[in-house]
Amino acid sequence: MPTPIITLDHVTRTFSVKRQTITAVDDVNLSIREGEIICLVGESGCGKTTTGKMIAGVLPASAGRILYLGADISKLTGTERKKFRLGVQMIHQDPYASLNPAHTISAIIAAPLRHHGFTQGETQTQQRVRKLLETVDLTPPDDFLDKYPHQLSGGQRQRVSVARALTVAPSFLVADEAVSMVDVSIRISLLNMLSKLKDAMGLSVLFITHDLALAKYFAWEGRIGVMYLGRLVELSPARWLVEHPQHPYTQVLLSAIPEADPEATRHKKRIELRSMDVPSLLRLPTGCSFHPRCPQFLGEVCEQVTPALVESDGAMVACHRVTRPAPRATEL
Amino acid sequence: MQPILSIQNLSIEYRARRGRVRAIRNVSFDVQRGEAVALIGESGSGKTTLGLGIVQLLPGTARVTQGRAIYRRSRDGAPSEIDTLQLKGRALREFRWKECAMVFQSALNALNPVLRISDQFADTAQAHGYLQGRALHARAEELLKLVRLDPDRVWRSFPHELSGGMRQRVLIALSLLLEPQLLILDEPTTALDILTQRNIMDVLKDLRHKLDFSLLFISHDLALAAELTDRVATVYAGKIVELASVETTFKEPAHPYTIGLINAVPTLKGTKEDLSSIPGSPPDLVEMPAGCKFHPRCPLVESRCKEEEPELVEVKPGHQTACWNWRSAREALQTHKVQG
Amino acid sequence: MNALQDTLARTGRETLKTLKLLTRNKMGLFGFVMTILIILLSFGGPLVWPPEASANVEDINLGISAKHWLGTDFQGQDNLRKVINGGKDIVTVAFLTGILATLLGVIVGSVSAFLGGRVDSLLMELVNIWLTIPKFPLLAVTATVVKLNDPVTLSLLMAFLDWPSLSRQIRSQVLSLKQRDYIEAAMMLDLGTRNIIFSELLPNMMSFITISMIGIMTFAIYQQTSLVFLGIVPYSSANWGVMISAAERRGVLFNPQAAWSILVPMGAIVLFQLALISFARSLDEVFNPRLRTTV
Repeated sequence: MPTPIITLDHVTRTFSVKRQTITAVDDVNLSIREGEIICLVGESGCGKTTTGKMIAGVLPASAGRILYLGADISKLTGTERKKFRLGVQMIHQDPYASLNPAHTISAIIAAPLRHHGFTQGETQTQQRVRKLLETVDLTPPDDFLDKYPHQLSGGQRQRVSVARALTVAPSFLVADEAVSMVDVSIRISLLNMLSKLKDAMGLSVLFITHDLALAKYFAWEGRIGVMYLGRLVELSPARWLVEHPQHPYTQVLLSAIPEADPEATRHKKRIELRSMDVPSLLRLPTGCSFHPRCPQFLGEVCEQVTPALVESDGAMVACHRVTRPAPRATEL
Repeated sequence: MQPILSIQNLSIEYRARRGRVRAIRNVSFDVQRGEAVALIGESGSGKTTLGLGIVQLLPGTARVTQGRAIYRRSRDGAPSEIDTLQLKGRALREFRWKECAMVFQSALNALNPVLRISDQFADTAQAHGYLQGRALHARAEELLKLVRLDPDRVWRSFPHELSGGMRQRVLIALSLLLEPQLLILDEPTTALDILTQRNIMDVLKDLRHKLDFSLLFISHDLALAAELTDRVATVYAGKIVELASVETTFKEPAHPYTIGLINAVPTLKGTKEDLSSIPGSPPDLVEMPAGCKFHPRCPLVESRCKEEEPELVEVKPGHQTACWNWRSAREALQTHKVQG
Repeated sequence: MNALQDTLARTGRETLKTLKLLTRNKMGLFGFVMTILIILLSFGGPLVWPPEASANVEDINLGISAKHWLGTDFQGQDNLRKVINGGKDIVTVAFLTGILATLLGVIVGSVSAFLGGRVDSLLMELVNIWLTIPKFPLLAVTATVVKLNDPVTLSLLMAFLDWPSLSRQIRSQVLSLKQRDYIEAAMMLDLGTRNIIFSELLPNMMSFITISMIGIMTFAIYQQTSLVFLGIVPYSSANWGVMISAAERRGVLFNPQAAWSILVPMGAIVLFQLALISFARSLDEVFNPRLRTTV
């Protein structure tokens, strides 16, 4: 088996807030193959963005190792470090904050090209900038070169962000809620562009989103990981996860999503939680952190033992219910 | 029975540095008593402006250039009509809470951070000469229970001690304090997580069932509109381009924009082939294209679309659309996933 | 060679664009032209109209006339000529103090924000203490020890006293800008610290920095004229402060006829400050693309 492009090996990230420690990401293991698409899904505070930032190398892990092509990224130096640094790029959520308002589009895209000497001379740089704009479907490029970010729509700005990331020919993209602030009608075209790039350049993509339907669509051939309070609770091929969710949390999430079909959404079976209160990250529940809300709560074992992520029916699931099947079958 | 709210030929503009932003252009529609109407559209379509206009909360740069918003009062004796756009001072304040309450997008910041929830209720009640003391407490308790909050826990809390979803529910409870007949909700769940959103949606459905108010629901999220409302008005470039019952809107949409919007939203059940984006981006409201404002993005565009703007026409009773090609649109752009 | 030509062409284009931008806002254009005019008159004027060497007993305290456009003072010297000759010190001190204090403030503020931790706490503690010192009295006391009649020494001292509040503001600006996604993107693109500071951070702070600098400049003008007016700094040259002070001492306040000799230097100060402040507005357009281009 080839070396995965990114491996998370028992990665944990804590933050100290007012002398207290919160665990944003807790003992996550994950391998991402070259050319693979993985979506991380979860609610706010589940640690999906922190995981993305650690992989992108802008936030160090507190414990555990992150490997880029087999090498620990915290120990890289010289050309190896540079290879990783340029090899992994990120697309931010907010298209209004991710481009420097003081620069024109052409300056934004040309800066990395010039700095790293990827192009020689102004003519070549300009040619490359145009080419990149065409790659992200901003055509004709001349319409965009001298514009400032605030003159573009959210969708166009996200395309510029992608073009900027592509200047350094990365092999891995972290896209953090990259379409959530873009108009509904053009989200799909952005995702299609990313898919196209992935196929053309052999990119791997970690796509972070709160929208399971979007994740299923984007990670069609890839996998979806569901996070809850810092832990990966289910990891499975995208369509399989949506059609056969095994973790109670995944099941609850799927049942909660409204659908754009009046008939279906009104008669959809909703799974009730045991409690609506989201536990504070400062005082995580013992054992399985979902147990206070879990509709399939088993009792003592859930309160005391943290379930490991184990293989079950074509997926990886961290739930005692799954490893220790109860007489009552899971519903949905 | 007459509709509770009739928007008649309403136009609203903003003055901006580069010219007039025509946010709402000659819009008319009714909200029946007890009915929930959704205004769906993308950002910049003008749907929020419309909501703000009805309760006169538009920013200073905005101006109502024409039209009326007739609200039909039913309590306190004989029914009477008022144009909400003409209300001033005391009459306006009374209208805003007693007849029509609103919960807006930025609602998470709408509670005063230094007041306990109990004081927020007391302030609102006092400002309108409503119940006081124990009676108020009883009424508030009832409302908080209706929005599935634990009154004992919430009543003495400060807003920062509550989660986003709880604050949103407090606001909904507060907005219902003076028993308004019409509720305007503008993206009430936008910043919230899936499970919190589910909770608010369930609360809203429940409230409609129990309290029987009329609802104007403003959102970009088609699925929420599908779940909560009876009729859907699709707004594009400041105009209603389609108006139909919720079933019709999702099963037999006639306007290419509505069809495009439905096709652009991924669903859990759908397949990859069902999805497609609408090309281009929403129009610039200052320099709008001639003719139908959707024509630059429309797959069915013809020469007529570029010259003449279509008005709403009847497709069948209760279903109107503003498109020259409505007869062929649905077949030409057939959607796979809403076949039933 | 090619690269040089490229750079030159680009610089040329940029300069032209900047000049065009400076003229977009009417108020700003006024400020820009006025500032240039005041600088030119203050430095070039004395060469054409050198100061009068002696008093003119017949022309004491005259009002405006064709001969004396702005009247004369208690020595019968022409107010216009005096005001032209008295600008150099003020303009020098204003610009020097502004530039030095801004530099200090920007450097301390950004270093503090960038390094964080101990250095940050230490520097900010120092700044806090500095801010509590009453500056003008300190300046007045210092003036009795150090000879302040040289504009450069005076500027150095004032700059040294004036930077702390700016450094605090710069620090918070940098701290907030550092969090922006585009800075993170630049770090991921490995654009280098120098590049990130000079081409990602600074351009977004430039309008704030120039406006602060102009604030410091106007403050410096007040401080300098006040020092002279209070007699703490000797009358070494004929600057606007000296003119006001001299006029006041000669009892202008009780002699309506002599009003021009105090109104003229005051007017000059007001005009200079007004020019600077309006100029700041134009500069804002240059640095903030949002203001000049519409969606």
